[in-house]
Amino acid sequence: MPKDHGIGASPKRREDVRFLTGKGRYTDDIDIHGQAYVHFLRSDVAHGRIKAVDTSAAEAAEGVIRVFTGADFEGVGGIPCGWQVTDRHGEPMQEPAHPVLAQGKVRHVGDPIAAVVAETYEQARDAAEKIVLDIEELPAVVDMKAALKDGAPKVHDDLTSNLCFDWGFVEENKDAVAEAFDKAHHVTTLDLVNQRLVANPMEPRVALSDYAAHSDESTLYTTSQNPHVIRLLMGAFVLGIPEHKLRVVAPDVGGGFGSKIFHYAEEAFCTFAAKQLKRPVKWTSSRSEAFMSDAHGRDHVTTIQLALDEEGHFQALRTDTHANMGAYLSTFSTSVPTWLHGVLMAGNYKTPLIYVNVKAVFTNTVPVDAYRGAGRPEATYQLERVIDKAAREMGIDPVELRRRNFITEFPYATPVAVEYDTGDYNATLDKALEIADVAGFDARAKASADKGLWRGLGMNCYIEACGIAPSALVGQLGARAGLYESATVRVNATGGLVVMTGSHSHGQGHETSFPQVIADMIGIDENMVEIVHGDTARVPMGMGTYGSRSLAVGGSAMVRAAEKVIAKAKRIAAHLMEAAPEDVELKDGAFSVAGTDKSVAWGDVCLAAYVPHNYPLEELEPGLEETAFYDPANFTYPAGAYICEVEVDPETGKVRVDRFTAADDFGNVVNPMIVDGQVHGGLAQGIGQALLEACAYDENGQLVSASYMDYAMPRADDLPMFQVDHSCQTPCTHNPLGVKGCGEAGAIGSPPALVNAVIDAMQRNGRDVTHIDMPLSPARVWTAMQG
Amino acid sequence: MYDFELVKPSSVDEAVKALADEDAQALGGGQTLIPTMKQRLASPGRLVSTLGISGMDGVSAEGGVLTAGGAATHGAVEKGAAGSYPALAALAGNIGDPAVRNRGTIGGSLANNDPAACYPAALLASGGTVVTDKREIDADDYFQGMFTTALDEGELITAVKFTIPEAANYQKFEQPASRFALVGVFVARHAGGVRVAVTGASEDGVFRWTEAEEALGKDFSAAAVSGLSVPAEGMIGDLHGTPEYRAHLVKVMTGRAVAAAS
Repeated sequence: MPKDHGIGASPKRREDVRFLTGKGRYTDDIDIHGQAYVHFLRSDVAHGRIKAVDTSAAEAAEGVIRVFTGADFEGVGGIPCGWQVTDRHGEPMQEPAHPVLAQGKVRHVGDPIAAVVAETYEQARDAAEKIVLDIEELPAVVDMKAALKDGAPKVHDDLTSNLCFDWGFVEENKDAVAEAFDKAHHVTTLDLVNQRLVANPMEPRVALSDYAAHSDESTLYTTSQNPHVIRLLMGAFVLGIPEHKLRVVAPDVGGGFGSKIFHYAEEAFCTFAAKQLKRPVKWTSSRSEAFMSDAHGRDHVTTIQLALDEEGHFQALRTDTHANMGAYLSTFSTSVPTWLHGVLMAGNYKTPLIYVNVKAVFTNTVPVDAYRGAGRPEATYQLERVIDKAAREMGIDPVELRRRNFITEFPYATPVAVEYDTGDYNATLDKALEIADVAGFDARAKASADKGLWRGLGMNCYIEACGIAPSALVGQLGARAGLYESATVRVNATGGLVVMTGSHSHGQGHETSFPQVIADMIGIDENMVEIVHGDTARVPMGMGTYGSRSLAVGGSAMVRAAEKVIAKAKRIAAHLMEAAPEDVELKDGAFSVAGTDKSVAWGDVCLAAYVPHNYPLEELEPGLEETAFYDPANFTYPAGAYICEVEVDPETGKVRVDRFTAADDFGNVVNPMIVDGQVHGGLAQGIGQALLEACAYDENGQLVSASYMDYAMPRADDLPMFQVDHSCQTPCTHNPLGVKGCGEAGAIGSPPALVNAVIDAMQRNGRDVTHIDMPLSPARVWTAMQG
Repeated sequence: MYDFELVKPSSVDEAVKALADEDAQALGGGQTLIPTMKQRLASPGRLVSTLGISGMDGVSAEGGVLTAGGAATHGAVEKGAAGSYPALAALAGNIGDPAVRNRGTIGGSLANNDPAACYPAALLASGGTVVTDKREIDADDYFQGMFTTALDEGELITAVKFTIPEAANYQKFEQPASRFALVGVFVARHAGGVRVAVTGASEDGVFRWTEAEEALGKDFSAAAVSGLSVPAEGMIGDLHGTPEYRAHLVKVMTGRAVAAAS
């Protein structure tokens, strides 16, 4: 019997009632009396020197309140980068200035040059056309390797080159890795591209700022995954507003996938302009603007090498990656190809020696930052592709080769700095093989062949590091922030609870799953618990939602706060029952004293806390509200095995995903239905990357895939019915819920399985194709088949 | 979007008068023109809607000819052709999504002549006729290259006539992002011969593959085209396929259309 209540049950998502009936309150739904509208004039060249910006005609246009340019931001801070990477030689990365509006040069198509604030949006846009730009176009750098050549045009004139950093990890292992390669029985080498993607959340970004002159307080409503971090970054680094004078609200947010983690220039602009003009200022991104101003994802070019002994045991792994930063450093851009990527290169395997080299490169393109998985999909893709290639080269079954190298004892310290606390990789692999009906593949392949189609089967394993933490470690690694989470649990006089969490929900279903945890702890109905998030004025502190960290870190903070509440409530109950606090038990919403028939209901204790007529006032303060900050001891390590079956049309190269199986170990699961949904969404995005999506620039830095006419998003009919399982559970050993995180797994684990399946189809049909770069579009697959 | 005047005539005469203004443009369902205007890439001062013109939105078949009003939506064509010209109905039913098919019109599509649109292949293979407010234009004369037609300024498509073939089929290989035709081939077997029209592939827009027509005229089977090839020169090359790939697809889709023609 599935549970119908608390942890392990699947109540329907309570937030869906408002989302599905049009009652969601998104940032663009908020209008403030007297608001003005801003339109950004953006660069249409990838690289150019700004010689003059004549705004006089625009200033004079109907409805225009003011036109801002880069000159208005002299003396104002720039958009900061939140993670400083130290290079192979111990030197800090090159960190260019990132002005709110371009100063001196434009560095990518979409770089904002001027901002017109007007009474209406159309007036702002009309006036922007009257701005006369004198921009001397400069040669653009788009290709990363070309950008590093001597004499390449420099994106930032004041930096020594376009190299942000040259990172080696673990640098001390470099020679030992080289030696292992020299001695290896077999070396498999693979060159691959993890292509640039655009996140494309359904809701484009919006920023609306208001300024109260009487109190000197600014309020920013924004489409953000972490309003407290925006408050800190924008307040402290850009605009110089102390946190008590700045409120950031991220109301309902329609998807983020990482792209709404970062602090963006438009947020700072609206807040700055609202204060200057004493008017609320609103910006709503168009979809076209989103393509050229939302941070992009991925964009790694890699050579990976795997050294094996005669039996296929992994001896060493070496990777060489160029990671595109784009024109500026977005908030967490530098952490993605380094600490979120290098530390995952061990995967699920006992590779004793690993060396990862990453060169981060500036180009005249939109900044690149975290996108669902962030570094971990790039690591998984390389590793699971090269293992598959090695299996073919050595004539070992790819499943067997993986098993032979699995880590089986935990905790396990990898050679790349992290310690996996728990896992069972054979269990998820066995489960995936079983539910994918691999045994029935041959019969299905025959049926496909009868239709003239080639069937292939691909699999991979994955591991990821979620719940990014602990603060002390990430601080050593260069993070300029802590990575804890906070929660306040407020109990009301009649027994209902409000949880104020720093985790932000923008599709994850926290409003449903978090109450399930509290309901279990106290033994009350979930509907007695309400979740508040997304407002710096209501939630004490928060580090936000990304890296599948909400339940593992934010949920743990909530548990810690609830434990404090329960401890205090037990003392109140003990007083009411005239018992010792240590003898009081809480079960099914009632406190009792062991071995007696004394009992007092949860609600009566809560009432006593706020109506303290009979209350131990000399020992306890009235009220029932506690806050906890939780800083985890380690990352969590979800893992699993994915299996994909495809049919390839050999005449056209078209790939159809016929079956997809995901067996994940997420540790304990609070709401299985929500976890299914998270995996489904992740798979859709991973399959989207493998099959369809690509952000393309031409050699001049023009964005070629700038709309849905050319950027292929996955649609329902591109996807099969998924077979998803999360019954293999090795609970996390270091957080109170034993949970690991499930938000990114699907996007991390699915691309290699799909590509492996297509290569399998090629090989089974006599085509010596060993690799095709994503997306596996019909044209690319057909071209590869031609040899 | 810039300001514009919207005129809603109730007759072809009124529409033509309204279109006489140099800055005027006909508006069908607006599935191309409106997004273009929103992007500020088009700025007609006056839009003349074809949707309210009486008698211009019907679809009927008589005497071996299917006639669709210039303002007939794709959805109306899908329904109206289902019994008389199933290959055309199937084509119309696979344009865009239900919202697009409920708004977009056959006249609007043919006047725009997008090189990846579906209708041009159907009209050219059917040996049809474009009927305007002042003349009838044979399909072979109508299409004059990408986004270019024989229409004069201010000339309005009032109807489109298709000669219903004995057997026909349209094979659309979709561009993965837009789902327009990366290559679309319409094969029609008429009493007087076979016509093969290709959309999506050529830099010159829709064209007839005459070599295949001749071969299929002698032997209407997929095998008849398997030995032929289309030169890659002049084919479109973009993110979604090289000229060589498109040329290859023309042959594959033609073979499939012949095999499926009924």
